[in-house]
Amino acid sequence: MSTTVEQPADFKFSAENKKKLKGIFAKYPKGREASAVMPLLDLAQRQHQGWLPRAAMDHVAELVGLAPMRVYEVATFYTMYNLAPIGENHLQVCTNLPCWLRGSDEVMGTCKKKLGIDVGETTEDGKFSLSEMECLGACVNAPMMQINDDYYEDLDEASTAALLDTLQSGGTPTPGPQNSRKGCEPEGELTSLKDSKGKADA
Amino acid sequence: MPKLTIDGIEVDVEAGLTVLQACESIGIEIPRFCYHERLTIAGNCRMCLVEMERAPKPVASCAMPVGEGMVITTNSPAVKKMRQGVMELLLINHPLDCPICDQGGECDLQDQAVGYGLDRSRFMEDKRSVKDKTFGPLIRAMMTRCIHCTRCIRFSTEIAGVPEMGATGRGEHMEVGTYIEKALTSELSGNMIDLCPVGALTSNPYAFNARPWELKKTESIDVMDAVGAAIRVDTKGPEVMRVLPRLNEDVNEEWISDKTRFACDGLKRQRLDTPYVRRDGKLEAASWDEAFAAISAKVKDMDGSKFAAIVGDMACAESMTALKDLTEALGSRNIECRQDGAKLDASCRGAYLFNSTIAGIEEADACLIIGSNPRVEAPIINARLRKRYLMGGFPAAMIGENVDLTFSCENLGAGTDTLKEIAAGKHAFSKILKKAERPMLILGQGALMRSDGAAVLAMARQIAEDNGMISDDWNGFNVLHTAAARVGGLDLGLVSGGVDSILDGCSSGAIDTVYLLGADEIDTDKLGNAFVIYQGHHGDVGAHRADVILPGAAYTEKNATYVNTEGRVQRARLAVFPIGEAREDWTIIRALSGVLGLTLPYDNLDQVRQRMLDINPVFGGDDQQTGGAWGDFGKAGSLDGGGFASPIINFHMTDPISRASETMAQCVEALLGEDKGKTGTDG
Repeated sequence: MSTTVEQPADFKFSAENKKKLKGIFAKYPKGREASAVMPLLDLAQRQHQGWLPRAAMDHVAELVGLAPMRVYEVATFYTMYNLAPIGENHLQVCTNLPCWLRGSDEVMGTCKKKLGIDVGETTEDGKFSLSEMECLGACVNAPMMQINDDYYEDLDEASTAALLDTLQSGGTPTPGPQNSRKGCEPEGELTSLKDSKGKADA
Repeated sequence: MPKLTIDGIEVDVEAGLTVLQACESIGIEIPRFCYHERLTIAGNCRMCLVEMERAPKPVASCAMPVGEGMVITTNSPAVKKMRQGVMELLLINHPLDCPICDQGGECDLQDQAVGYGLDRSRFMEDKRSVKDKTFGPLIRAMMTRCIHCTRCIRFSTEIAGVPEMGATGRGEHMEVGTYIEKALTSELSGNMIDLCPVGALTSNPYAFNARPWELKKTESIDVMDAVGAAIRVDTKGPEVMRVLPRLNEDVNEEWISDKTRFACDGLKRQRLDTPYVRRDGKLEAASWDEAFAAISAKVKDMDGSKFAAIVGDMACAESMTALKDLTEALGSRNIECRQDGAKLDASCRGAYLFNSTIAGIEEADACLIIGSNPRVEAPIINARLRKRYLMGGFPAAMIGENVDLTFSCENLGAGTDTLKEIAAGKHAFSKILKKAERPMLILGQGALMRSDGAAVLAMARQIAEDNGMISDDWNGFNVLHTAAARVGGLDLGLVSGGVDSILDGCSSGAIDTVYLLGADEIDTDKLGNAFVIYQGHHGDVGAHRADVILPGAAYTEKNATYVNTEGRVQRARLAVFPIGEAREDWTIIRALSGVLGLTLPYDNLDQVRQRMLDINPVFGGDDQQTGGAWGDFGKAGSLDGGGFASPIINFHMTDPISRASETMAQCVEALLGEDKGKTGTDG
């Protein structure tokens, strides 16, 4: 994997991120700097177009005082660290059982058809990457997908297409349910606890 | 002491042991893959599962500490089934390629599958396969065979201190490797081959050469450095196939350096297999009689003082004894074993030994390294230092080149200036040494080879005495040698004016004939017009300059005595016979003495060894370390400036054998990126 990716020669944190480093290290006891490896990798990934080049992992290793190999182990273990260039919008479609029963095939199909890419691929313009995810823990609003950091829920073919159109034109769609639901309340009106108005029953 | 019951047997064991160790203590064998006595506990192979009373599930015995009143069962049908289950799971992704796997016949997985597994597989799906990786020229990796025991990862992280191995990915996609394709840079990497319980990591130079049951195994001693690691030489017919470590807790535990393990292919190349005599400027093959006659013609009625002998780094004590006696019989006192010019003092034994002993490092509580890089000079000792460091409370510092010793070791300075400060007690580290109960110092050859070596030695002695390193039950003054022959030579008293005075004598014509006993690390240009007799096993520097070459035996080809840097007398044993016309070294000198009419008074090995014993009683202590007397050694004097540099620049090529080794040449190429040893016409 890593051998085929063109790696930048060098990585340094930006001035802005360097300030954040202090805050991250402050969360861990003295002498336990190695614990900061994951937030630092995340910070590096955000600074570097959403993926972690080897130079960034080496730099983080140096900062937290770990052997580079230990950092590679962490970065390859977690799927949220991307070790190869990734599209601007990372579409992470959940295809586990509840989402699948609720139509994740449609969501996935729309993505594939509209973008002309398969799972694990990136569009030529570098705007979208498509991934298949295991359960993201939003089954109550299934089917759903995560785009970068945000959850877009209660999707169907049309709302998925609309999402992609908005993103394509450079806009930012509103996260959350893409139908009329509010959060994870029932569709339509409330079905229980109607009288309590937020107070416990007497 | 917790008392527990194992298979109905009540045992008292030390607290802190694991159930697996408790089982072993009463002779119950627990199968295991990931557990290893010298590594941390991982508990991931699950092969060591046992039943524990009142525990709802089987427990991994390697990771379960013993407790009072535990009841353990290791022989129930349930345990049998557990083992079968674990074995079946391990074999799911293990290829069935034993016939083409080099581990076959010495494979833990194979043995335990036969012992504890099922006789057939129920797995019909596709097996996982892993892309092959490259770990450099020494280790052949077939990672599809890997069962993820992580022993290699733990070894490189803990013992070697070069954390290059790791497990990337997870679950089905987990792979053991280096992530970035590169050659491993540890000097101890070969030990991973022994640790690997399957055929994932096997020896590259030995690949497809032999099966373990075809090999004759000879227990011997290594001579690639002055540690004297215990080795087993595996031979097939007249060929040394491989070198493996043997257990010796006092010296090498169960590790050997890569040079010890892999340089043995040098024993097959550039060998001297017949005597040579230089005629009209050209070396020509000759018979033993012709060679001896040529020497006799030169030496017979010569003034003894014009004869000199230099002993090389791999000479055995037997041949040194014979050469010493021959030199003296010729009327000369010019015999020198300090080939590198180190200003070692042979006046008392404590002056040139690693007095604390290697195992004793674990008792030290502070360490000062002077002019030495133990990582390349003696990787096994470096591993022991690291082991001590990992125990905690071991402040270490070095004076010399700033090198990475794989453990925390502060560089105080480059050379004599810092040494003077320490000697004067003015340095911050002096306080640490003073406070320590068992401080030690390691004095390397790099500090002694200088022209002011004797003064450095005296100053080191003073530091040792001033900082409480010398007491009745502790001697922390350690000289780290780089040559296997050195301590033996000093014990036999092979010291004269130094190698430089011999070479100067050759240049000026004061010395007319030089006998080189495997001496290849000298500047042969300085031999001038002297008549050079070279006795050795490889056509190296010394042989190129020689006028007569007498082919000797390498360390695997003779029964020989070596004294390691601690002063431990150990015997190497004959594994294969010398090549061609070559003979055991002491017999050559004995035969030559007869031709010269100065017949030495011994006819067999026992008599030579008796003669060694007469010269120095330490040779009586087989496999024993004999402590050395302390004295007033070294010569106080002014120190030159400048830094100390280790004599070993290239770890992989330090002697005629490793210089002839193709494997070592590949290592140099892979690690240093140099094409040393290449002629430009090869490949």
